[in-house]
Amino acid sequence: MAEEIKTDDNKILEEIGDYKYGFHDRDDNYVFKSERGLSREVVENISRMKGEPQWMLDFRLKAYEHYINRPMPNWGPTLDEIDFDNIFYYVKPTEKSEKNWDNVPDDIKNTFNKLGIPEAEQKFLAGVGAQYESEMVYHSILEHLEKQGVVFLSIEDGLKQYPDLFKEYFGTVIPIEDNKFAALNSAVWSGGSFVYVPKGVTVDLPLQAYFRLNTANVGQFERTLIIVDEGASVHYVEGCTAPQYTTNSFHSGVIEIIVKKGARSRYSTIQNWSTNVFNLVTQRAKVFANASHEWVDANLGSKLTMKYPSCYLMESGAHGEMLSMAFAGPGQTQDAGSKMMHFAPNTTSKIVSKSISKGGGRASYRGMVKVYKGSKGVKSNVVCDALLLDPKSRSDTYPTIEIDEDDVTIGHEASVSKVGEEQLFYLMSRGLSEEEATTMVVSGFIEPLVKELPMEYAVEMNRLIQLQMEGSIG
Amino acid sequence: MSQLEIKNLHVSIEDKEILKGLSLTINQGEIHAIMGPNGTGKSTLAYTLMGHPNYTVTKGEIIFKGKNVLELEPDERSRAGIFLAFQYPVAIPGVTVANFLRTAINSRRRAENPEDKGMPIPEFRKMLKEKMDTLKMDHNFAGRYLNDGFSGGEKKRAEILQMATLKPEIAILDETDSGLDIDALRIVSEGVNALSGPDLGVLVITHYQRLLNYIKPNFVHIMLDGRIVESGGADLALHLEEQGYDWVREKYEEPA
Repeated sequence: MAEEIKTDDNKILEEIGDYKYGFHDRDDNYVFKSERGLSREVVENISRMKGEPQWMLDFRLKAYEHYINRPMPNWGPTLDEIDFDNIFYYVKPTEKSEKNWDNVPDDIKNTFNKLGIPEAEQKFLAGVGAQYESEMVYHSILEHLEKQGVVFLSIEDGLKQYPDLFKEYFGTVIPIEDNKFAALNSAVWSGGSFVYVPKGVTVDLPLQAYFRLNTANVGQFERTLIIVDEGASVHYVEGCTAPQYTTNSFHSGVIEIIVKKGARSRYSTIQNWSTNVFNLVTQRAKVFANASHEWVDANLGSKLTMKYPSCYLMESGAHGEMLSMAFAGPGQTQDAGSKMMHFAPNTTSKIVSKSISKGGGRASYRGMVKVYKGSKGVKSNVVCDALLLDPKSRSDTYPTIEIDEDDVTIGHEASVSKVGEEQLFYLMSRGLSEEEATTMVVSGFIEPLVKELPMEYAVEMNRLIQLQMEGSIG
Repeated sequence: MSQLEIKNLHVSIEDKEILKGLSLTINQGEIHAIMGPNGTGKSTLAYTLMGHPNYTVTKGEIIFKGKNVLELEPDERSRAGIFLAFQYPVAIPGVTVANFLRTAINSRRRAENPEDKGMPIPEFRKMLKEKMDTLKMDHNFAGRYLNDGFSGGEKKRAEILQMATLKPEIAILDETDSGLDIDALRIVSEGVNALSGPDLGVLVITHYQRLLNYIKPNFVHIMLDGRIVESGGADLALHLEEQGYDWVREKYEEPA
C-alpha cells in the first residue's frame, strides 16, 4: 500500500514538473527520449509508451520494415545532408493540455486587437467590411464544437477515445507504401490532430491547432487525421508564422483527410521552420462525390521543404484545389507543388502556385495532374507564377500531366517575373524606400493566398513578409 | 516659397543625348505648360525630375527649395515635395489603392520622425473618402488593386488621387490627357484645379492644347529637340493650336 501512495506522489510531482517546464522548448524538458537512430526497439518503445493497441504496433512495425527497405527518392533535391542516425525518433513532450485562453501565445492574441489589417481595411474603406470580433474565447469555442458533435483531439487521444473510427480511416489515404518518408512517419508518428466532423455539420470557425495548445510541442513526425462526414464543412489551420526554432533538424509529417460526399474542407498551413530544418511532408485528401477539398499552403522557413499536397478525386463531381506560396531565401530550397489525381468523371481541380526567391534561394514547382481512363469531363487548370528578387535566385517548374482520356480540359500557365524597375520607380516616386517598395510588390504578389487565410494569420503573414524583406536591399 | 529651378539640363539615355540644355524655373502657385511634338524629350524631362535610374544627367542642375535634387533618390525627391503623375501608371497587382496610399503617407511621416506611429486608420479613411469625393470617385476604388485592370481614365484619376493625398509642392503632369475621353479629361482637370493654389506649382506636359482649355497655364513653353525654344503666356498655346508645330520647326530646327 505504502508503495502505491508513493507512486501517486511521484506522479503528482511529475505533473507539476510537466506544467512548470511544459512551455519551453529545451531538450531537458522531456520526460522520455529514445536513443538516437532508429531500430525496431525504438518503434516498439514508442508504441508501448503511448499504450497503443496491438494493431497500431503492427502497423508501425510494418511501416518500419518498409522504410528500412525502401531506397531514398532520387528524383528531387538531394537529401544527402540528413544524418538519419543522429535523429531522436521519439521525444515524449511533457505537455499537459491546459485549456486556457491565458496560454494562447501573446503574439496570436495581440493580433486580435491589432488594427492596420490590409484586408480588413480594404473592406472597411469599400464600405462592406465588418468589425473584427475579438471576443473569441477559447473555451466557448471548444464547448460550441462539442455541442455540434465535432471531435477535435490530439491524435493520441483520438486513437484512445474513438478506436473504431480511427482504425477505419487511419492509413487509408496515405498507405505505408506511399513513399519512404510516409513509411517513416507511419513507424514513429507522434503528435498531431484527430478531427471528426459529423454529417451535415458546418464548423463555422477555423479549427486552429493552437486551440489544442500542445502544438508548441508538435513533434517532428506529426500525424493528423481529419474526417469530414457527408455534407459537413470545416477549415483547419495548422502552423504559426512565428519562426519555430528547433534542435530537431528533420520534420516529416503525414496529413490524411477524408472528405465524404457533398462535404467541404480546407486545410491551411503556414510553415516557418528555422532554416536548419529538412521538412518532408506528405499531405493528401481523398475527395468523394460532389465534395471539395482545398489546400492553402504557405512555406517560408526550413532549409529544404519537399511538399506536394494532393487530392485524390475519387467520385464524380469531386473538386480539388491547391493554393500555395513558397518563399526561398538565402540557402533555402522550396520544392513544392501539388498532385491532382482524377479517378472519376466530371472531377475538377485547380492549382495556383506562387514562389518568391531571394538572395540565391531556390523555389521549384513540382506538380502532377493525372486523369485516369474513363474520367470523362475532367477539368483542370494549373497556374505557376514565380517572382525573382535578384539575379542570384532561381526558380524551376517541373509540371507533369498524364492524361488517359480524351474528353478533358486541361490548362497550364507558367510565368517568371522579376520585381520590375518600373514598379520600383513608380512606388519610390511616391516616397516609399526601395525596401518598402520591394516589400509592397512581394505582398501584392502573394495577396491572392493571404486573403484566403483567417484574418489573424493574414496579418501575421504580411508582417512576416516584411521581416523577410528587411535588409534585403543592399 | 518653394522653387524648382532647372539649369542647362543635359540628359542622356544609353549615351544618346535627349535633353540638350533645358532651363526652366517654376514657383509655387504657378502653372506652367510644356508643349512640343513627340520625341522632343518632354517625358525625359518628367522622368529626370523624378530621378528615374535610366536617365543620366550629364550636365546642368536641378535645384528644389535650394537643394540639389540630383543627389536625391526618387523617394527622397517625393518626400521633398516633388510629384510626378505618370503618363503610363504602373500596375501593382495585389496592392490596394488604400493600402498603397497609407503606406506612402506613413513612409513619409516616418522619414520625418522615425518614432511616428503612422496616420490613425479612422483619420486616413476620412481623408481618403474626402479626396475621392472631390475627384468624384466611387469609394470602392480604394479597395481595388493599384492600376491593375484600370481603364485609361481610372489610371489618370488614380494619379490625381495620389497627388491629392500626398500634397506635393511641385506636381509634374506627364501627358495626363493622353487616353482620356472628354468627360474624363474634364474630371481630371477639375481635380487638378481643385488642388492648385498658392501652395502648388504645376508643370503640365502635353502634346495637345485641349488640356489647357481646362487647366489654365500662366506660362507656356514650347520644347523642341531637347530644349525650350519659345516661352509665353496662355495665348502661345492657342497659337500652336491654330498653327501647329511646323512654324516652330522651321524657325529653330537646323536644316538636315
